[in-house]
Amino acid sequence: MKFDTVIGLEVHVELKTDTKLFCQCSTEFGAPPNTNTCPSCLAYPGRLPILNKEAIDYAMKACLALNCEIAEEMTFDRKNYFYPDNPKAYQITQLDKPIGQNGWIEIEVEGKKKKIGITRIHMEEDAGKLIHDEYGEYSLVDFNRAGTPLIEIVSEPDIESPAEAYAYLEKLKAILQYTEVSDCKMEQGSLRCDANLSLKPAGQKEFGTKTELKNLNSFANVQKGLEYEEKRQEKELLAGREILQETRRWDDAKKETILMRVKEGEEDYRYFPDPDLGTVVIDEAWIEQVKSEIPELPDERKRRYIEEYDLPAYDAGVITQSKDMSDFFQAAVDEGADPKQTSNWLMGEVNAYLNAHLLEMKDIALTPTALRKLIQLIEKGTISSKIAKKVFAELIEKGGDPEQIVKEKGLVQISDEGELKKIVDNVLENNTQSIEDYKNGKDKALGFLVGQVMKETKGKANPQLVNKLIKEGIETR
Amino acid sequence: MEHLTKEEVQHVAHLARLAMTEEETEKYQKELNELIDLAKKLNEVDTEGVKPTSHVLHVQNVLREDKRRPSPDLDKALKNAPEHQDGQFKVPSVLE
Amino acid sequence: MSILEESFSSIHKKLHNKELKVSDIVEASFARIQEVDDKIKAFVTVNEEAREHAKKLDEALDKNETRGLLFGLPVGLKDNLMTEGMKTTSGSRMLENFVPTYSAAVVHKLAKAEAVMMGKLNMDEFAMGSSNETSYFHPTYNPWNTDYVPGGSSGGSAAAVAAGEVSFALGTDTGGSIRQPAAYCGVVGMKPTYGRVSRDGLIAFASSLDQIGPITRTVEDNALVLGEIAGQCQRDPMTAAEPVPDYLSALTGDVKGLRIAVPKEFLGEGVADDVKASVKEALQLFEKLGASIEEVSLPHAEYAVSAYYVLASGEASASLARFDGVRYGYRANATNLQDLYDKTRSEGFGDEVKRRILFGTFALSTGYYDMYYKKAQQVRTLIKKDFDDLWESYDVIIGPTTPTTAFKVGEKVDDPMTMYANDILTIPVSLAGVPSMSVPCGFSNGLPIGLQIIAKPFAEDTIYRTAHAFEQETDYHKRTPEL
Repeated sequence: MKFDTVIGLEVHVELKTDTKLFCQCSTEFGAPPNTNTCPSCLAYPGRLPILNKEAIDYAMKACLALNCEIAEEMTFDRKNYFYPDNPKAYQITQLDKPIGQNGWIEIEVEGKKKKIGITRIHMEEDAGKLIHDEYGEYSLVDFNRAGTPLIEIVSEPDIESPAEAYAYLEKLKAILQYTEVSDCKMEQGSLRCDANLSLKPAGQKEFGTKTELKNLNSFANVQKGLEYEEKRQEKELLAGREILQETRRWDDAKKETILMRVKEGEEDYRYFPDPDLGTVVIDEAWIEQVKSEIPELPDERKRRYIEEYDLPAYDAGVITQSKDMSDFFQAAVDEGADPKQTSNWLMGEVNAYLNAHLLEMKDIALTPTALRKLIQLIEKGTISSKIAKKVFAELIEKGGDPEQIVKEKGLVQISDEGELKKIVDNVLENNTQSIEDYKNGKDKALGFLVGQVMKETKGKANPQLVNKLIKEGIETR
Repeated sequence: MEHLTKEEVQHVAHLARLAMTEEETEKYQKELNELIDLAKKLNEVDTEGVKPTSHVLHVQNVLREDKRRPSPDLDKALKNAPEHQDGQFKVPSVLE
Repeated sequence: MSILEESFSSIHKKLHNKELKVSDIVEASFARIQEVDDKIKAFVTVNEEAREHAKKLDEALDKNETRGLLFGLPVGLKDNLMTEGMKTTSGSRMLENFVPTYSAAVVHKLAKAEAVMMGKLNMDEFAMGSSNETSYFHPTYNPWNTDYVPGGSSGGSAAAVAAGEVSFALGTDTGGSIRQPAAYCGVVGMKPTYGRVSRDGLIAFASSLDQIGPITRTVEDNALVLGEIAGQCQRDPMTAAEPVPDYLSALTGDVKGLRIAVPKEFLGEGVADDVKASVKEALQLFEKLGASIEEVSLPHAEYAVSAYYVLASGEASASLARFDGVRYGYRANATNLQDLYDKTRSEGFGDEVKRRILFGTFALSTGYYDMYYKKAQQVRTLIKKDFDDLWESYDVIIGPTTPTTAFKVGEKVDDPMTMYANDILTIPVSLAGVPSMSVPCGFSNGLPIGLQIIAKPFAEDTIYRTAHAFEQETDYHKRTPEL
């Protein structure tokens, strides 16, 4: 028996405003506990929510970038539940009239393009943070995060495989980063994802019972968790067992999902319209204003890179996946760097460095100008690509001007034939055996001789020229 | 609808995080059912097509700028805390 | 006559002429509290720092510095208004030792107007009650007869003013909590239009209904206080942009041509004969003064109490959820989270509060929301429309504030449903969000009777004009209780 997989994703994204959604406390990450709090976000009695316009602008920007319809009127509701990190014991959120609905994004998996629908995007406030003591006796609450503006993005049940889920998340993140409404950092919690998955017999219309997955702290884990869950459910169903409405936790160490709780009916959140917050009316002018602030999005950029710069589609895809990298690329190319060379460096050396050190683009000392100069130094033959790698290593660690580094360290390529010829002659005289070997057909000997010249010149010799001079030298001996 | 049973009263009490003795459950069962009877009077009114009023004053787009204000000192935040530790509010473990 | 029974203008004249110092007034207030508060128990907290404040104001007076409009006047605040550094209990064990870290917007406004804060006044717990008997600390007693309740929930505020402990007080009104105690205590109590006065720093009971208003001895004083506390506030998004008129200029004494509507539902069954008689007498007086009187109907008024208990309780179930023992307030001994919540809230809240939280939780819960909560919101729309329909033809609506005079302490405390019915004349007004004031209009068996004057949204000035004209022709406001 074959099954179809149906996946739903609920993504919470923190908006990058300076202040919280309903009070003027800072949203800065990493402040000492409870130092970014006030009577309002600590839910002292009497304080009322004062709505941050910027948060609406950001939410609207996200909605527009994700092709949503914007509500003409939006309202806020109270969602009631008790938990120590929820200071009012109700969360201000949007139930009936969310800011955006009916959006979509396009993903590509194994060369196949597909649209994934977005049911709705609503605004709400974040909760505080809990930490637990190691003996399980008490928990501590920090309300710095409480009240930070969030949007929740709910997908349509269009995602049919864990790989599609992964592609959806990557695309969502890229778009949100491009619009600059959020950092989208999973490790800092500015992007969080809950996933649910159900199976149904192939072709059947009605959905099966779904399980929810929590503790998915990276996109890779979302995919792994869903893959595990897909197999687990299939096994259960094939064994004739029923799938229960469960919440399961992804255990990254054991690489499996673990049952947290079985849901007994829906939670009763007792939503009702928040009497403290009036209607927000969004007119065309406001939407147009926000629209005009949306920058070029990844898909547009990718298309342009292919058309304008002749980049291979693969390269354009990799470069535009992250806004920071794409911006870097753009800046270097705008200064006159060769697009393909720039993309090679970014996809190769730069990416390797980032991955090895778990860094992001903005953490490195290399600037677009430096990379542009480096590429041009190679093009002009001032340095060899081998030397370039050395210079690059310094640039990415410490920064600086490649021209200066090359000059100061005397790394300029030796392309003076007379100067090189002296060195070559010297090497040939000291390695007569290698000349014999070469003449006897051992091609390797040539490499050895080139290596000797490079050693003498500390790698600065122009390799093409060295090759030529050695061959000529051997012939004359 | 029928009146609330004791179990239903206890369920509502749980949603509201109120503990209840057997005796109190009976008392509140009686009182809540009286209130439900009071509320049932609303059924006499034809409200077909009537818009619900959640705000009696129609205000819209009351918004503020995204400008920071310094937060009060930490000791103010913790001043009324029943229990705190390391600058945080302390509660019994939330882990089961 | 004690200085505290004099009108603001008379006190200010004496201060201006240096016949009197602020310290004298404040000392008189302390002395009166000392003298009578054991009997009426209006205060929960007395502010000893008032003396210091008085001294500073006297120094300013000596230097002839400009003075606020409420300069030197001793004021008492209902204890659900946040006062930084001073205990604010909301009449509850939950906040027995709670010291706010900020002050309500109205507290700042009073400070700016240079009133002297004498302390915090008793109230029904979290403003839920009509008799001040649900206060965790103690009941308050009616100054006119201490066997009787002062009304509620702003019972402490009304009693303190009636007993001459303070020059004026602030109360809050959700379903009648300013007007009913004002009626029972024979003072002037104004519930402004919803959105007229900032609710910042008011411990919410039901946010779509709560309003803060002044309780005073005279209409003029009341107008003066409202003028100082009203207006749009950045801290309350539900305050209206409507400008605040000069209420004093409305006090013309002229009601010629005033069109008065009298809803037949307000003088129907359930309203006591002595109350009816006083109200009718008042109406005759208005007619004599040149106003016209017509009987009208508020057809949905009879559903107001039902709608109110659903809506106010529903909102309260959320407003009061924050009292969980985590960040402030009472906390029970508990070793696990469930107990922390359950015990804290069961021990911290009193009976009446718990009953309303339970009912409100029920009305919002899955399966019942449409049947009760949404239905009540729809009925609210109809009630509001009943009022709106009248404003085209009438300037004010007049009726009694309460169906009876004050009841005896303990008489209704075990019978919530009868207690709730007591608010039948004030609740429709609250649901409509319109302004309404109670002014003394008679006495029966030594207990005051209140006349309720209602106007369209933001027409508090019309109410003041009407009430002031009435006051000029009567002397009920001049009587004082013997204590």
